[in-house]
Amino acid sequence: MTNGRWTLVDGSRLITESLAQAGADAFVGYPITPASWIYQYASRRFPVALAAPDEITTLQWMSGLAAAGHLPVTSTSFPGLALMVESINMAYMMELPMVIVLVQRLGPATGTATAGAQGDVQLVASLISGGYPLPVFCISDFADCWRLPPRALQTAVDARTPVILLTSKEMVMTQRDFDLATLPPVPPVERRFYDKAEAYQPYATSPDVPVPPFLPVGQGHQVRLTASTHDCRGLIQHTSPEAMANTRRLQTKVETLTPALFELDEQENAETLVVAYDVTAEAARDAVAALRQQGLSVSLFVPKTLWPIPSQYHAIFERYRHLVFAEENLQGQWARLLFGHRLPPKVRTVTSVGAMISPQAIAQEVPI
Amino acid sequence: MSTVLLTDKLPYCPGCTHHHVTRQTAKALEKLGVSPLDVVLVTDIGCHGIADAVFATHTVHGLHGRSTAIAAGIAMALPAGKKVVVFIGDGGATIGLQHILEAARMNVPLTVVVHNNFLYGMTGGQPSGLTPPEFKTMVAPEGTHLPHHNLCELVHEAGAAFAARVVGLGDFSSTLADAFAQDGFALVEVLEMCTSYTPKFNPDFKLRQVAEAAGYAVGSWTNPPRPPFRLQFRGGKPSLLSQLKLVARQENVGLMRRLAIVLAGSAGEGVQYAAESLARAAVSGGLHATKKGSYPVTVGVGFSAAEILLSPHPIRYHGITEPDFLVITSEDGLHWAKPKLATMRSGRVFVDASLPQLESPVPVERRDFRTPFGAKNAALLALATVAQEEAFLPEALVATFDPRAKVATPKS
Repeated sequence: MTNGRWTLVDGSRLITESLAQAGADAFVGYPITPASWIYQYASRRFPVALAAPDEITTLQWMSGLAAAGHLPVTSTSFPGLALMVESINMAYMMELPMVIVLVQRLGPATGTATAGAQGDVQLVASLISGGYPLPVFCISDFADCWRLPPRALQTAVDARTPVILLTSKEMVMTQRDFDLATLPPVPPVERRFYDKAEAYQPYATSPDVPVPPFLPVGQGHQVRLTASTHDCRGLIQHTSPEAMANTRRLQTKVETLTPALFELDEQENAETLVVAYDVTAEAARDAVAALRQQGLSVSLFVPKTLWPIPSQYHAIFERYRHLVFAEENLQGQWARLLFGHRLPPKVRTVTSVGAMISPQAIAQEVPI
Repeated sequence: MSTVLLTDKLPYCPGCTHHHVTRQTAKALEKLGVSPLDVVLVTDIGCHGIADAVFATHTVHGLHGRSTAIAAGIAMALPAGKKVVVFIGDGGATIGLQHILEAARMNVPLTVVVHNNFLYGMTGGQPSGLTPPEFKTMVAPEGTHLPHHNLCELVHEAGAAFAARVVGLGDFSSTLADAFAQDGFALVEVLEMCTSYTPKFNPDFKLRQVAEAAGYAVGSWTNPPRPPFRLQFRGGKPSLLSQLKLVARQENVGLMRRLAIVLAGSAGEGVQYAAESLARAAVSGGLHATKKGSYPVTVGVGFSAAEILLSPHPIRYHGITEPDFLVITSEDGLHWAKPKLATMRSGRVFVDASLPQLESPVPVERRDFRTPFGAKNAALLALATVAQEEAFLPEALVATFDPRAKVATPKS
């Protein structure tokens, strides 16, 4: 008999349990394949689980719960996210913490609900009007299903912002053997509220911290939250210098406080770096292992923080003569976010729609 | 001096009835003796939405039409004694009608104050769903000739604890106080006039006359008391992992290579259960396994298919390009599996004997899966048969899910 606590488990269950242990206390759900398993699990596990009548209401209820001091979560897929976009912008501007688990499926539109995809990467990177960054973390294996949700929740709290936790159908609806004994305990997120006697200004920051302290509505100080351009008190302004400085702060805040999470497996003398995220990272790991068995030096990069782009990423890319991006979408969306629409000659892409990318397809693109 | 308003100077156009609604709201809250910090005012988009700055309460200013929904999120999470008040216009009530009805249905403890001046005042005077049929606006200079929603009736039908309609003239603070006093959903529709756009297109406008002609009845409507929708946060629920069935894992039983099995059958015939049983048996035999299902949106009818991957090594990529064994137990399964079958270059197909002869590029084995233990056990029997015949799992592990091992006498 081997050691461990082996079982069959799916990614949805790990993500949901991890979020609950981390301190997310309210789940607002609207069913959509392939995100519904998370909703089902959350309805049994979260301190509160609500059935919303649509995805706009979902995000609005989450915002209300966040304004009242809770840490809400939802799970959805592209059609639901599309309805949430304006409300995510609202929560971003109000600076309300929450996590949106986005389970990608094949598009466009309703596409194929039970086929996986990585087609929403450019969308989530451009979700906030004006180009402001939203933190986007991406799960690349079952270990990430456990490790990343608390990081996403902590970032939401630290930066007072909605956070997208990106995954896809093949990650959350596939069961696999897994040793539960390998899961470390999940520490609850650390959270502090404004506790001073002086009047509270919901958007006033100190010089060294770009995030204002948080205070829920309904308590001893007046709290003003607004989605419109506003000053430090939360009062609507047109484009006053104070208000615009406050809006610009949102970019600085997210860029400063989104942790750079990635896996870098480098080999000496390797000239090629294989880059993949989400379920394709698993194929990339296999591809790299197979190439190494053949005696080829090749390195692997799996970004967990997809957006905003951490500053060290480009420094890593610059070390390589060839970059092979494997992405399950039409053109290599993340490669384009990094390098633009005219990809430099050193960048190759392996793309697919409607089918997972195989390790062989990735290995074929690695120059020998 | 008002305890609720920070100033007498309100930000609306001269003569706008919004002045009156704001003051009457403050008066009603003061009548009830509510502390401003026990009140959350949620404003929508529209001229009333610039009221935040004059209120000493908490204020939340969100999106057009969505104020009731964010207010519901707040109200359901706050303790009893807090008052959540929504200011919304007739335009916001139109685009956000679903949110209002939902909050009424759930009896979320909040009050929606609808500023119904029959038009969108902030954008030049367009008609809303609450505009009377003959009322003229910039984009409908002859009127819409469409009936308006009866908001009070709609929320009353949806279960609102309290609904009322008043003409926004004179003192209606008692009606507002009655609404605010509810521990449940309340709505007060205030009929108003926009001084900027109403006279321009309706020069002889008289608020009471127009309201009466449009059938906007003044009054209040209540439903029998029922509990408000307030959340109870219940922590300490059992871990989702504690509910998982653990597998006693032995050393590897001897499978030396990766094996891909695709099982295709019908909904209701235990396909997913059978696939999971095989995967579980393999894991207990020291192997690694993945299993995923595929089925149409109508989960109770049509095909049900599963992909199982077994390997002596940890599985990372779990896609199956070509199965080693394609196992088909029903006509639905056959229909689903045909394209996959056509592209197979290696491997073997196991098909139920009742199904038509197949054109296949690889060898086909015909077995009776459906009769011995009935259709419900066809998938289990099929996987057990394949595992046994192909000998990729030891007998003892196959027996853990083989219906032949569990039932002494097969069905006749």
